[in-house]
Amino acid sequence: MVDITVTVNGRSRTADVEPRLLLVHFLRDTVGLTGTHVGCDTTSCGACTILLDGTPIKSCTFFAVQANGREVTTVEGMMRDGQLHPLQEGFKEEHGLQCGFCTPGMMLVAAALLEENQSPSEEDIRWAISGNLCRCTGYQNIVKSVQWAADKMQSEQTKA
Amino acid sequence: MAVEEKRTTWLGTSVKRKEDDRFLQGRGNYIEDVSLPNMLHMAILRSPFAHARIVSIDTSKAQELPGVIAVVTGELLAEHNLAWMPTLSGDTQAVLATDKVRFQGQEVAAVVAENRYVAHDALELIDVDYDPLPAVVDPFKALEEGAPLIRDDKEGQEDNRIYHWEAGDKDATDRAFEEADLVVDLSTHYPRSHPAPLECCGCVADVNPASGKITIYMTSQAPHAHRTVFALVTGLPEQNIQIISPDIGGGFGNKVPIYPGYVIATAASLLLGQPVKWIEDRTGNLISTGFARDFHMSGALALKRDGTISGVRVKMLSDQGCSYADAQPSKLKAGLFHIVTGSYDIPAAHVVTDGAYTNKAMGGVAYRCSFRVTEASYLVERLAHSAATELGMDPAEFRRKNFIQPEQFPYRSATGFTYDSGDYEKAMNLALETAGYSELRAEQKRVREEEGRLLGLGLATFTEVVGAGPSKDYDILGIKMFDSAELRVHPTGKAILKIGVKTQGQGHETTFAQIVANELGIPPSDILVHHGDTDNTPYGLGTYASRSTPVGGAATAVIARKVRDKAKKIAAHMLEVSEEDLEWEMGRFFVKGAPDKEATIQDVAFAAYTNHPPGVEAGLEGVTYYDPPNMTYPFGSYLVVVEVDPDTGEWEVQKMVAVDDCGVRINPMIVEGQIMGGLTEGFAMSAMQQISFDEEGNCIGSNFMDYLLPTAWETPKFELDQTVTPSPHHPIGAKGVGESATVGSPAAFVNAVVDALAHLGVTNIDMPVTSAKVWEAIQGAKTKAT
Repeated sequence: MVDITVTVNGRSRTADVEPRLLLVHFLRDTVGLTGTHVGCDTTSCGACTILLDGTPIKSCTFFAVQANGREVTTVEGMMRDGQLHPLQEGFKEEHGLQCGFCTPGMMLVAAALLEENQSPSEEDIRWAISGNLCRCTGYQNIVKSVQWAADKMQSEQTKA
Repeated sequence: MAVEEKRTTWLGTSVKRKEDDRFLQGRGNYIEDVSLPNMLHMAILRSPFAHARIVSIDTSKAQELPGVIAVVTGELLAEHNLAWMPTLSGDTQAVLATDKVRFQGQEVAAVVAENRYVAHDALELIDVDYDPLPAVVDPFKALEEGAPLIRDDKEGQEDNRIYHWEAGDKDATDRAFEEADLVVDLSTHYPRSHPAPLECCGCVADVNPASGKITIYMTSQAPHAHRTVFALVTGLPEQNIQIISPDIGGGFGNKVPIYPGYVIATAASLLLGQPVKWIEDRTGNLISTGFARDFHMSGALALKRDGTISGVRVKMLSDQGCSYADAQPSKLKAGLFHIVTGSYDIPAAHVVTDGAYTNKAMGGVAYRCSFRVTEASYLVERLAHSAATELGMDPAEFRRKNFIQPEQFPYRSATGFTYDSGDYEKAMNLALETAGYSELRAEQKRVREEEGRLLGLGLATFTEVVGAGPSKDYDILGIKMFDSAELRVHPTGKAILKIGVKTQGQGHETTFAQIVANELGIPPSDILVHHGDTDNTPYGLGTYASRSTPVGGAATAVIARKVRDKAKKIAAHMLEVSEEDLEWEMGRFFVKGAPDKEATIQDVAFAAYTNHPPGVEAGLEGVTYYDPPNMTYPFGSYLVVVEVDPDTGEWEVQKMVAVDDCGVRINPMIVEGQIMGGLTEGFAMSAMQQISFDEEGNCIGSNFMDYLLPTAWETPKFELDQTVTPSPHHPIGAKGVGESATVGSPAAFVNAVVDALAHLGVTNIDMPVTSAKVWEAIQGAKTKAT
C-alpha cells in the first residue's frame, strides 16, 4: 500500500492505496466523486477524462499513485461560487447532452481547449473532442455548446 | 416591459431539459454509482472458445484467494434450476454454461469478492478444461446437412434452423414477377452491429434475507417486464421484487434483454444475503450482449417499363447466434420486416425468412430500430436506387412515381399494415429543394466530365412502423404491449407523473411533463416525472422501438384529460355553476360569458383536497393503461452528397439534408437532438461499425479500438428540416422519432457512394462501405473495362 495525497477540486485528499488502483477508481470509490465515468477501460472513449494539473487525461488507464502530489479537476469542480461554468450552461442551452454519460469528459476537454484558445473554430472544437465518444448527440450540438461557452467567456472578459 | 403572450400550448416548445442539471454537475445516478452498505463485487469468467465442451471447472484456487467470498458455476445454479433462462423470443439461453460453450465470451463462472480487483484476480485462478468443437460462423453453412449441431441441449432440435417464416401473398407476387417488364435484384448483407451505449450493462442485486425484499438496481429499458421475467424464472414472489432502473447512459436496444450477469448477481445475493454489484466491462458488453442486424438479404422488384413497381420479393437468412433471443413482438418471426414495401404503393409482396443458429452471441436486439424495420427500409431503399439506375430514371422521379399518395391513407399495405398518415412527396420535395437537387445533378455531371471528380447523390425516402403496439397483434412473452401513466396533482397545484416507460437519454422528464402541461396548464417546471421504479410506477413495457411517445405519451395525454374532467366537476362546485357552463383554456376554467369568474387548475387542485364536492371523491389523480388502436408510421426523406476519391476509395459527406415527419413535435430541440444522434449512428453503420468474426468464431471488434465508432472528427454535419403530418389516432398526433434517422440514413449514404460510381457499372457495396471496398469496386470496374 502507498500513501498518496492528491488535490481534488482544490481539496487535499490523502489515502493509503494499492499501487495498482486506477485514478478513476480512486476518484469514484475512495474520494466518492462519481461524476467521472468509465465507458471502455481502454482509453478509447474519454468518459473518464479529468484534468491533471490542467491537462485532460483519461483516468481509466492512469494509476492513482501517479497523481500523488498533483492537482485533479473533475466535473464536480467546475462550478465557481455556486454558479455553473459557462460550459455547463452552454451544454444545457444548446442541448449538448442526452444520456449525460460522456458529458463530464466532454466538458473537461472543452475547458482545457478554452484555456488555450478563447475563440476556437468548429474544426478546432471537433479536433479537441475527437478523443471522446458520444453515442447520443452526433456531436453537432456539443460543438455549438462549446461555442456558446466561448462566446460567453469572451463577453465576460470584455466586461471585466 | 414585454408582456408574455398568453400561452395556448406546450407542444412545439423547446423547453430546456429538466434532467440536465444533475448530469452537468456530475450528480447523475448511473448503475455504477449505486453503492450499498456491505456490498460485494462480482466479475464474470468468459469462454475463450466459440464452441467447446466443458470437461471440468476447478474453482478451488480461486476460492482460496483472500477476499473471495464465493465462486458461482453453472453446476451451482443448476441446483437452483437457474442454469438456463428463457429469451425474449421464448428460446432458452444458458446463464452459466454447464455442458458446452456456444460463443466466444459466453459466461462460464463468476466470482463474488470483497472488491472488484480481487474478483478479477480470482478469475485468473479458475481452471476450465475445454474440449474444442468446430465452430459454425457462417449461417448458410450452419444450415447445410452435416453441420455441427449447436443446440444439442434442445430436445427435438436436429439441425441449426430456428425458424422458417413467410409473409405476404406468394401467388400474387409470382404473377407480378411473371408479368414484369423488368426485374431488378440486389443481394446484400446488413452486417452485425452492436448498439454500444457509452455505459455498459450492470446491476446491484440486494436481497434482504430478513424481509424477503429483493431490490435489483439494473440497466433496464423495460423494468416492469423484467420484474415479471425475474418472478417467472426464479419462482420468487413478484410483490417482493423491485426493479429500479437508475439513470441510464444510453440504451439503443442494448438494455432490453435480461443478461446472465443480472441473474447470477441476484442468485449470489440470494445465497449470500448481501448486496452484489456486477458492472460489465466493455469487452463483455461487445462480445456477449445483444448484437443487432446480421441479415443476409436477397430482394427483387418487379417493374413496369414506365417505372411502376408491381411487386417485391425478399428472401433472407438471419444469423441469430446460439440462441433465438430477438427482442420483438412474438407473432412475427422476423419482427416488423414486412414494412419492406416502404413508402411505395406496391400491390404484391412476399417475404421468406429463415433463422439460423451459429456460434456467436445471441441478441437480435432492435438497435435504435423497431424490430427489423431498419433492415427492411435499407433493402427497399437500396432496391429503389438500383431500379431507377436500371430504368435510366432519376431516383427522385422513380420514387415520385411509386409513392403512396396522401389521399390513399389510411393505406393498407400488401403485407397487412395499415399506414396511418403520410405525405411522402411533400417531404421529398422539401429535401430536394433544400439541397438544390437539380443543380447538384448538373454539378455531378460537370465535375466528372471536366475534372474527373466523383460526386454521388443518395436518396432515402423511408417509412417506419413504430409504437408497438395494439394488444391484438403485439405481445412479448404474452404480455400485451400497452403502456401506462399515473398522474397525481398535489394540493399546491404541483404534480407528479409516473410512467411505465423509461428514459435512457431521450428526455422523458421534460417531454412528458410538457404533455401534462399542455393538457392541464401546470407548467413543466411544476411537474416531476418519475420512471424506472417498479414499486412506484404503473406497469408498462418500457422504452424501445420508438414506443414511448406513441404509447406512453398517449397514456399521459389521456390521463391528464381524465384528471381535467374531474377538475371540471370541482371547478363547477367552486364557482357554483353547472359543468356545462364552464369553458377551459390553458390552466383555468371560467364561466361562459363571464371570463373573470375563474378557477385556475391550482385553485381546483387545492379544492380537491380541502373542498371537494359532495358525491365526488377527494383528491385529483388517476391512472390509465393505453392500448394503441394502431401503430404509427413516421417517415422522412434524406439526401446525402458524397465525394469519392478515385485513387484511394475514401469518401466524404459533402452535404446531408434530413427532412423528418414524426407528426406533432412536443419538444423540437429534443426531436432534432435525437435525429442528429440517429443520423450519426446510421452514418456509422454505413461507414465503419461492424462486429465480425474469424473462422474460429473469435469476435473481431471486442473493444473500441477494433469496433469503430465515429468521433466528432468523422461525423458529418447535418441540415435538418421537417414536415408535420399528425397521426390521426394518437391523442396529440405524435408518431415517435428516436429511431427514424438510424433506420433511414444508411441507405442514403450507401446510395450516394454507389451513385458516384454508377458510370463505372458499380451497383452495390455492402456495409460498412470502407475505403478499401470502394477502392476494390473501382479497380474491379477498371479491370472489367479493359
